[in-house]
Amino acid sequence: MLAVAVLLLLLLLAAGPGRAAAGPGRDALREELLLSPLPNGDVAATFQFRTRWDADLPRGAVSHYRLFPKALGQLVAALGVRELHLTLTQGFWRTQAWGQPPLQAPSGAELWVWFQSTVTDVDKAWKELSNILSGIFCASLNFIDATNTVTPTASFKPLGLANGTDHNLLRYAVLPREVVCTENLTPWKKLLPCGSKAGLAVLLKAERLFHSSYHSQAVHIRPICRDASCLAVSWELRQTLTVVFDTFSSGQGKKDWSLFKMFSRTLTDACPLASQSKVYVDVSPKNKEKELLEVTPPPTSVYEATVQGDKRTYAVYDLLSPSLFNTSRSLNVQFKWKRPEDSSEMPIPVLHAQRYVSGYGLQTGEISTLIYNTHPYRAFPVILLETVPWYLRLYVHTLTIITKGKENKPSYIHYQPAQDRRRPHLLEMLIQLPANSNTKISIQFERALLKWTEYPPDPNHGFYVSSSVLSALVPSITAMKDVDVEDSPLFTSLFPSADGSSYFVRLYTEPLLVNLPTPDFSMPYNVICLTCTVVAVCYGSFYNLLTRTFHVEEPSRGGLAKRLANIIRKFRGVPPL
Amino acid sequence: MGAGVEFPTLLKPLSSPEADAALHPLQDTALGSLTMYVVPETSPLLPQVGSSTLWCFTPQRCPGETSIRRLSHRVRSQPSSLPFSQGINAYVGKHRSALVRAAGTLPALRSRLQQLTQVMSFTASSITAALSDRVPDGQPGPDARRSLKSSLGYEITFSLLNPDPKSHDVHWAIEDAVTRYVQPVLDKLSLVANFSVDSQILYYAVLGVTPRYDKESSSFLLSAHSLPHVINPVEARLGSSAASLYPVLNFLLYIPERSHSPLYIQDKDGAPVSTNAFHSPRWGGIVVYNVEAPASPQASLPLHVDVDMARVMEVFLAQLRLLFGLSWEELPPEFLLESPGNEGLADWELDRLLWAHTVENIATVATTLTSLAQLLDKIGNIVIKDDVASEVYRAVASAQSAMDKLATGHLHSAFQASKEAATSSERAFFDPSLLHLLYFPDDQKFAIYVPLFLPMAVPILLSLAKIIRETRQKKKEPTKVD
Repeated sequence: MLAVAVLLLLLLLAAGPGRAAAGPGRDALREELLLSPLPNGDVAATFQFRTRWDADLPRGAVSHYRLFPKALGQLVAALGVRELHLTLTQGFWRTQAWGQPPLQAPSGAELWVWFQSTVTDVDKAWKELSNILSGIFCASLNFIDATNTVTPTASFKPLGLANGTDHNLLRYAVLPREVVCTENLTPWKKLLPCGSKAGLAVLLKAERLFHSSYHSQAVHIRPICRDASCLAVSWELRQTLTVVFDTFSSGQGKKDWSLFKMFSRTLTDACPLASQSKVYVDVSPKNKEKELLEVTPPPTSVYEATVQGDKRTYAVYDLLSPSLFNTSRSLNVQFKWKRPEDSSEMPIPVLHAQRYVSGYGLQTGEISTLIYNTHPYRAFPVILLETVPWYLRLYVHTLTIITKGKENKPSYIHYQPAQDRRRPHLLEMLIQLPANSNTKISIQFERALLKWTEYPPDPNHGFYVSSSVLSALVPSITAMKDVDVEDSPLFTSLFPSADGSSYFVRLYTEPLLVNLPTPDFSMPYNVICLTCTVVAVCYGSFYNLLTRTFHVEEPSRGGLAKRLANIIRKFRGVPPL
Repeated sequence: MGAGVEFPTLLKPLSSPEADAALHPLQDTALGSLTMYVVPETSPLLPQVGSSTLWCFTPQRCPGETSIRRLSHRVRSQPSSLPFSQGINAYVGKHRSALVRAAGTLPALRSRLQQLTQVMSFTASSITAALSDRVPDGQPGPDARRSLKSSLGYEITFSLLNPDPKSHDVHWAIEDAVTRYVQPVLDKLSLVANFSVDSQILYYAVLGVTPRYDKESSSFLLSAHSLPHVINPVEARLGSSAASLYPVLNFLLYIPERSHSPLYIQDKDGAPVSTNAFHSPRWGGIVVYNVEAPASPQASLPLHVDVDMARVMEVFLAQLRLLFGLSWEELPPEFLLESPGNEGLADWELDRLLWAHTVENIATVATTLTSLAQLLDKIGNIVIKDDVASEVYRAVASAQSAMDKLATGHLHSAFQASKEAATSSERAFFDPSLLHLLYFPDDQKFAIYVPLFLPMAVPILLSLAKIIRETRQKKKEPTKVD
């Protein structure tokens, strides 16, 4: 008996440190950090942690969790969630200066969820879900209610496995006012199997992460195929965090950076639970000039991929390979430019957009969205989603879409008018963008008057209108290979690519800040004080009038005035008073 | 409860558990009933000394560290502390029955029966234990505070804490252990409440206390007084249950770090605790599971560890019993207790639990409705909606019917009614329309009118002062004499 046990133990030890755990509930963790220098000298760091669980989340049954966090698993199981996407973002991704992001998110909080078709009351489940998530992530997601929730029909398709896309099972909401800070990061880190104790997550130091131009953290849960035959479902949890460091201005005009400079930490080991732990550094040569930049220490390998229509070269550091920590105890990736790069023109992304509000006064205004297609010869369609709160009353007849001076008729339009205090406007359009063009979409609105309790604190700051969402399959200039999703780096694999000739992009425009007619909130108090004073003064004089006793006063020697008058009278020869 | 008296003289070759099993079909099996069989003084049915086929429990054993071999049906013989001359006077079965040896005189038998009733049924002391929370005065002992509050459901969470995944690759067959050991107990307890079970593994979760190194035994020690500080940092990682509002029972299995193992828990006297476990009332329990150091120091890390679930679950289930306030402490030494078997608790223990929860529920309803009434007294213009009112009526009616049924001995229906009463009263009390912040307190209303009242009061006060001055002057002045 003992011998058998020892043999078994030896066998298991030989099989490797816990990665070969067989059985129905197999789960695996992959962690990855992508460091990409941005065209204007900033550096974007994207962390991705993927927990894959080869088990179906049962509803109401006994559940046993290992790497998958119990809080989220229970939530998915109890509320019948098919897919959940939550992002919390501080700052705005500047597409024109930074290029296409791997994963963009609107500023504030964004939540979109697909429910299972077995859920009968989707609105109730949605309400419950947002409340629980608000507790888990310490965010004010509990402010998600009917007035900012919409059900898009075309924009948000399931990213994971789905049979049937009945859009009544989808809910989407954005809270543009949400401020993201440390209290949201801590619970996010707690969901990681290794916490922030080991692996790539040791770099997640709040004081550095929030001292940056852009910070976005996300949780994506979706069902995926367990294997190629796709007979069983696995659940995937992706936790991503993107941060943009302003190294150019803080680095004395140099574009050089290192892990320690950005995070004030270095990497010492991989998370012992991870089956893959890699650092990718984007070293793609620009303008065909090679050897402009230098990365130290030498990378474990070099990986070439086509990401978002661009051929890119990545230096890869595999934290699980023992050779990496042989020479030094820690990994501090350093990035140096060999000679100062002349300020080359920035590559303009194929699809980008802008939005602004115009008009004067506090009665009417206009929202304009500009969408650019810089592709030299290909036209492509784009789905635009606008959600506008009910207190901006859209005039749909003023909706104009102009491309190259001509009117552009959208091929699909879905408009759901707002109801006061009940639901927002939802406008979805499929617009064809001709090659090398810009398209202007404008719509006028009227500002509503709110009840005095409906104003948020500091109403003079303005009211946020959430970003509009652009979803498009952008034609790629360079051909892309179909790659195996399990082996390719994580940052390429969240959005499925339809074929080799195009790639999926989801862009968010700027959120808008609109002023509404705001009353003087001290007015009620002023009115009370004024009327009370007037009433009190009137009352006082009446009271005096009614209660005083008047009686004739005996003339006395009189005061100074009387004596003076008498002196004057004496001169005039008139009898004194 | 009926105390039937029979004389099973024909059952001579049988032992008491067999007799009990044979008599079981004849019994009144209603919840809350109790059958006692009185056997002659010389009957061999009850063993004269502790028999090795039965279970006994010493009252001296500290409940936090009970190591009760209950799951694997292992046999445990009676410790020698029992005086041999006394023998066994009563046998408590695992259903709702007991065998009592007839004593010499009737008063002696009566006292013995009374003693048995004390153990097996609901008594005044169990009422005080159940109400220890509701009754503010009185000195509840350490045991009184131990049991969980009555609730409609409980969540049981088993967590494996592995603070050192680099050295230990821990596997536990929790799924199998739950179905084998926990589920039978919960099936039995399902009358009392709904239970849901889940488990998780937490890495890099450390205890909040650094253990002390003991040179003599070359081990690390965690003393009893530092145990309260252990739970808090762990609890931050445990996470609350997202999907329900029921109280959570946490059972933690802690694998000490390699640099801190072996780790032992010391009790107040400094002796190591045999089970290496402790429990926290109303919260759950922690078991420290030491991993044996590998034979050769060169063994590759991480070390594969398979947890012995029978050993761990035994402690967890003993802690679960304690959390529900079931203990064998008050058992007199001359009583013999039948093992409850795989189910973990006997039928009569379940009855006691139901009694306690029923009484506690009724007390909860009373306090909830009282505080609701107090709130209404405080805020006069509060609006009670019809649905809230109907909930209150339902709560009162259910509580009354629960008490009536309790008086007539229908335990199960009484418990159901008390549960309904508790839910109705809670629903009424926590109705969002009854938030007292929704109503203006009177002093604030007054504050709004101060700008009016204050200037108006000035002339009134001045004229009052004038009147007083004048009357005083009139008194002072002597009456005019013409």
